[in-house]
Amino acid sequence: MTDIAVSGAGPTHRVDMNSAEAQARVRARYRKEARFRAYGIGALTLTTVFVVVLIADILVRGLPAFWQHSLVLDVTVDPAAVSAGGKTDASTIRGADYYPLTQAALDTALPGITARSAQKQLARLLSTGAADGLRKRLVADPSLVGQTLKTPLTLSATADLYLKDRTPITTREMRGTATPSGTSGEVTVMTSANDFADTLVLIKQRLAIRAEKLRAEADRLELFAGEAVATRVKALRDEAAALQQRIDQPKVEETLDGKMPSFLVAINGGLVKISKIGDISITGDVLLPLRSTDEAKPGTWQLVTYETPESNRKVSDQEVAFLERFSALGKVERAFNWTFLTAGDSREPELAGIRGALVGTALTLIVTLALCLPIGVLAAIYLEEFAGQSRLTDLIEVNINNLAAVPSIVFGLLGLAVFLNFMGMPRSAPLVGGITLGLLVLPTIIIAARAALKAVPPSIKEAALGVGASHQQAIFHHVLPLAMPGIMTGTIIGMAHALGETAPLLMIGMIAFIVDIPHGFTDAATVLPVQIYLWSDLPEAAFKSKTAAAIIVLLMFLFVMNGMAIWLRKRFERRW
Amino acid sequence: MALTAEAIMDTMVMHPEALSVTALPKVVAKDVNVYYGDKRALQDVSVEVPNRGVMSFIGPSGCGKSTFLRCINRMNDTIPSCRVTGKISIDNQDIYDKSLDVVQLRARVGMVFQKPNPFPKSIFENVAYGPRIHGLSHSKTDLEEMVHASLAKAGLWSEVKDRLAESGTGLSGGQQQRLCIARAIAVNPEVILMDEPCSALDPIATARIEELIDDLRKNYCIIIVTHSMQQAARVSQRTAFFHLGELVEEGVTSEIFTSPKEKRTQDYITGRFG
Repeated sequence: MTDIAVSGAGPTHRVDMNSAEAQARVRARYRKEARFRAYGIGALTLTTVFVVVLIADILVRGLPAFWQHSLVLDVTVDPAAVSAGGKTDASTIRGADYYPLTQAALDTALPGITARSAQKQLARLLSTGAADGLRKRLVADPSLVGQTLKTPLTLSATADLYLKDRTPITTREMRGTATPSGTSGEVTVMTSANDFADTLVLIKQRLAIRAEKLRAEADRLELFAGEAVATRVKALRDEAAALQQRIDQPKVEETLDGKMPSFLVAINGGLVKISKIGDISITGDVLLPLRSTDEAKPGTWQLVTYETPESNRKVSDQEVAFLERFSALGKVERAFNWTFLTAGDSREPELAGIRGALVGTALTLIVTLALCLPIGVLAAIYLEEFAGQSRLTDLIEVNINNLAAVPSIVFGLLGLAVFLNFMGMPRSAPLVGGITLGLLVLPTIIIAARAALKAVPPSIKEAALGVGASHQQAIFHHVLPLAMPGIMTGTIIGMAHALGETAPLLMIGMIAFIVDIPHGFTDAATVLPVQIYLWSDLPEAAFKSKTAAAIIVLLMFLFVMNGMAIWLRKRFERRW
Repeated sequence: MALTAEAIMDTMVMHPEALSVTALPKVVAKDVNVYYGDKRALQDVSVEVPNRGVMSFIGPSGCGKSTFLRCINRMNDTIPSCRVTGKISIDNQDIYDKSLDVVQLRARVGMVFQKPNPFPKSIFENVAYGPRIHGLSHSKTDLEEMVHASLAKAGLWSEVKDRLAESGTGLSGGQQQRLCIARAIAVNPEVILMDEPCSALDPIATARIEELIDDLRKNYCIIIVTHSMQQAARVSQRTAFFHLGELVEEGVTSEIFTSPKEKRTQDYITGRFG
């Protein structure tokens, strides 16, 4: 207590900075502020982590889809194959069958593949649209018919995926002198040293691990009762016992299966996949033909191991052998996947592209913008500046605010009922999609435009009225230009909202599988988010990365639109 | 020396007492009532404003002086709840008459607001806007001449002649207000309404505006609302005192300030309330 307070001349309540109570209050306030800051930082960190993880995940999955492998082969364009009856006009060339040409090119590049199944697998390496590039080149320049052209042939999605994520391959030089019994079919390779003993030990170790796993599984199942379980336990025990028998006889040769890493012998320019392995000899199928049955000196032949077991891979040992050989020959080329950006949808992942969806999106958004911007802005101006205050305008205002919160699928149902069924507009068309999305975006734009108009200081309007401008002149000459950046921002955000919308478009049939790129507002089309949805549903592994890549494109689209909104706001922002 | 109109004008300006209300009334208000919804903001205000010179409206906050000022160019029309009764005429023409176009009225009655409110456009565009929408200029040089003349009359020309293309909002507060005056006189109004034009300005800028008002009174009928009694005494020839929505007293400025008839006026000007 101060003297003044005691004397009663001054105010009776005053903050005493030194009292313990006041200091405790200050400390409590500091604690509260620190806690609040911590909450804020925590929330921000959490959001950042989510966003970073999301974007990183999408990039990791999607970026590989922007590259595509192809085989660069010398294709001899046989005039007889492409120009029936000697005609070399565009339609003949376009209609020709290029399959024999690409097959011939494969045979030339990798001769000696005679087994039917090997030939089939070789042919399957190429995409069904492998020759599309060649076809285009020939149509553009028919004089190339009859020549031998170095042509990139698109690989199938499976082959492409393998090349993007190869199995680890190890190679070990061998010490003995090896003698193969043949050059193709099933062959036996004998060696003068016990070269395969180490591998045999390795295999037995693996078998031991597998037997151990089987026994553990049997032990676990034994805890449960039931006949089926008992049968299963018995089977597991038998399998483990059989394995144990093999393990216990170290010198006996082993038969390999798909659950083991694949062991191969590279000898005399060929490749033999081991099916039976002993200490000094192996038996197996020839994957790549040998040049001869000559003896191979020590150090000139190798044991090759594909670490991933064949049953865990999408590609067979034969296909891996082909691809690795092509790769070693320098015939595999990795290039930017223009097809992804220039082609329409396809059932073949390597031929599928997003151009159709992009064009469909652009057309749809054009319709939406053309519909929403004028209607939205005029409605906002009328409501904000001209409409009187009445029960009707109140009702309209409430309804506009409610419309902005209506689930988008409802607009889709409305579009289906009104535009398709009642008005008979074409199904799957960007026109209908655009109008439906327009209904969805309109309330957003009206609300944003009204907010922007309201944010213009009334003094500007008064100034204009003061010099004798009419109400309309004041608004169109002064208020609207000042509100325009805000209106633009709202519109672009509304459009970005429309860009990401799927549900209403499903209802009006924009979910169809559409290969052709739309050329007009009434052509059947689809849009990016629907394309993503369609692809995400497909079982092919290659479509997984296509999906992520399409998401990347969609996000870029969004970033560009939002960037534009920010730029417009900064560019036209006026201070008063 | 012949007795020209200008000479008569000068006489009147030098001797404000010579300005008789009945001689040249420009704005005549009769029994004006203004309602904001149910609230009566002005009660039976009747006043006559002379053809040339400055008339000031003084009074405490909320007394209705700004409301009355805004009735003269019908700025109150923009307020939905506002209702005006009575009669206001300019040159014997009823400005609330149905046949009168409010936009043309505002071209004849210019207004300068409390806060400088130039358009966020170039200085040139600010001044040129009025002549342009009223079709006063017929060529580009014509328009440039008008802008020049208006800025010169507002005493701003020498300061801005090299930066006409720059934004009007980049000027200082006092310059902005003079720009607003230039904008108002660009359409050659007969009456200029000023709603506390100096309240947002520093004393130097205020002095500058007051000088300008003194220059303009030779050619315009100016009505100024002010909170500063010194300002009213300095710039105006006639003064009207408003209190609680009533026009208490109106007369020659020197008389109002030296020998007010009403007690309320005396109390206000001596600082007893308000």
